Amino acid sequence: MSVNKETVRRIAKLARLALDEERVEPMMNELNNILAWVQQLEEVDITGVPGLTSVVEQRLKMRDDVVTEGNTAAALMANAPLAEDHFFVVPKVVE
Amino acid sequence: MSLPSSPTDFSLADARDAVRTKKISSRELTEAFVTAIEGARVLNAFVTETPDRALEMADASDARLAQGEARPLEGLPLAVKDLFCTKGVRTTAGSRILSNFIPPYESTVTQNLWDAGAVLLGKTNMDEFAMGSSNETSYFKPVLNPWRARDSNQNLVPGGSSGGSAASVAGKLCLAATGTDTGGSIRQPAALTGTVGLKPTYGRCSRWGIVAFASSLDQAGPMTRTVRDAAILLTTMASVDAKDSTSVAMPVPDYETGLESGVKGLKVGIPREYRIDGAPSEIDVLWAKGAEWLRAQGAEIVDVSLPHTKYALPAYYIVAPAEASSNLARYDGVRYGHRTSDAKDIVELYEKSRAEGFGAEVRRRILVGTYVLSAGYYDAYYARAQKLRTLIARDFTEAFTRCDVLLTPATPGPAFALGAKTDDPVSMYLNDVFTVTVNLAGLPGLVVPAGLTANRLPLGLQIIGKAFDETTVLRAGRAVEWAADFAAKPDAWWRAA
Repeated sequence: MSVNKETVRRIAKLARLALDEERVEPMMNELNNILAWVQQLEEVDITGVPGLTSVVEQRLKMRDDVVTEGNTAAALMANAPLAEDHFFVVPKVVE
Repeated sequence: MSLPSSPTDFSLADARDAVRTKKISSRELTEAFVTAIEGARVLNAFVTETPDRALEMADASDARLAQGEARPLEGLPLAVKDLFCTKGVRTTAGSRILSNFIPPYESTVTQNLWDAGAVLLGKTNMDEFAMGSSNETSYFKPVLNPWRARDSNQNLVPGGSSGGSAASVAGKLCLAATGTDTGGSIRQPAALTGTVGLKPTYGRCSRWGIVAFASSLDQAGPMTRTVRDAAILLTTMASVDAKDSTSVAMPVPDYETGLESGVKGLKVGIPREYRIDGAPSEIDVLWAKGAEWLRAQGAEIVDVSLPHTKYALPAYYIVAPAEASSNLARYDGVRYGHRTSDAKDIVELYEKSRAEGFGAEVRRRILVGTYVLSAGYYDAYYARAQKLRTLIARDFTEAFTRCDVLLTPATPGPAFALGAKTDDPVSMYLNDVFTVTVNLAGLPGLVVPAGLTANRLPLGLQIIGKAFDETTVLRAGRAVEWAADFAAKPDAWWRAA
């Protein structure tokens, strides 16, 4: 399997990553090199093999549904590139 | 114990004893490292130096020591990989997108260090978001390896992604450092810098507050000059943490205990698939020597097979980018981090902030990850890679019915020149061929310096153990270290620079 330029543009859009038009073809080639290399996984018979989703053999821990930390709005906003009164400021979304 | 000629020559263990017995104060020790760091800026091992904080912490430790209230790492100066969030100290992950990020909280691992009395010297350089094997993807420029080949002044990479930590430990800019390891990022740079690096079992150290790369693989661990130092540091780094749902509820032993009890009767597996075509013969020779060292100390050497080894790297390069593309979705230019100054709407704000903020390798991996998770391709790539992961983990389970630990080479070669592998991502990825299997299976792996190439560059050997059996891994690693008696040091060329 390999990707074409159209697919590269589509996944860049999905990933919200601006990609200049002149970078599309080089990126396509880079991705195809990597995809050609991972293709060797197709040699392996995986019939009946379950996927490994966790190497930790324990049930996910549960905790009481209570507030453990709170009133940290100022700390949360401290790194915002643009903020007003504890609101994040972005370009206009609704016309 | 005799005092070394310079306090920076102390091992962590010896510094601990010297500070406790008041042969040296934490301030004197810390000042020596602050000076060493200033004199080694050409190595570019640190993104952020914190000398003022270090001296404050040292003075607080000296006050405690005066009252006889020493904690396990009291007054011992350490370096921290810039992937661990440190409250009030900039944490960049080696990326432009976090180049102005000052965490309002502390990672669990570093909190454990400060609670034990350790001193922060600074944050070490690294590959961007820990994606790299040479420290060349850092937004803050590459780190130079303190080691150079015999009669050569060519700069070499320290490995990666924990390249700054490895260079700091090898160049004696700190007593020890923290690293993180997703596919080999502690062990490969340890091998390339003649230092000790331990990736613990997945779930042993909390991931809370560590900038996430691939959450099912990431694990923090110690980078040190001796195996004993790794045991000491892990004992404090490891904990059971309610803030990390994958932190495993197992008590943390004192890893220093039993370190010297030897390998008599220990069964050491030699996995035949770790012999690869095209690797320099020095790697195989050192590996055979390592097995002989352990046999001479009473271990039993057994041949074992890990048949799916060759599929580990390609499986990793599906799983890790997939998880990275999800984890890195949080960088949006809105809540923290770099924001473009040129966006006409919200979508462009996201797209440009991310394109400007991420470097080439990170962008490539985000796109690979997005592709393998996208509709129509999930089963062909991601689901298949997860199944390969099961087969790789089963290989280890099967091998460990016949042995207690495995002995393998650490890397396919020694440190290489800057730029040598940057044009071909796949050739860079192959650096992790011996380390990545361990991450996929969640097991502990320890790299110990074991020898030098003909042109005097360090090489390491790796001990792989059963899950949560770091104690045996460290004991076997100590036996390798003792037999190898690796005393070589890099010439301190950077001090004259």
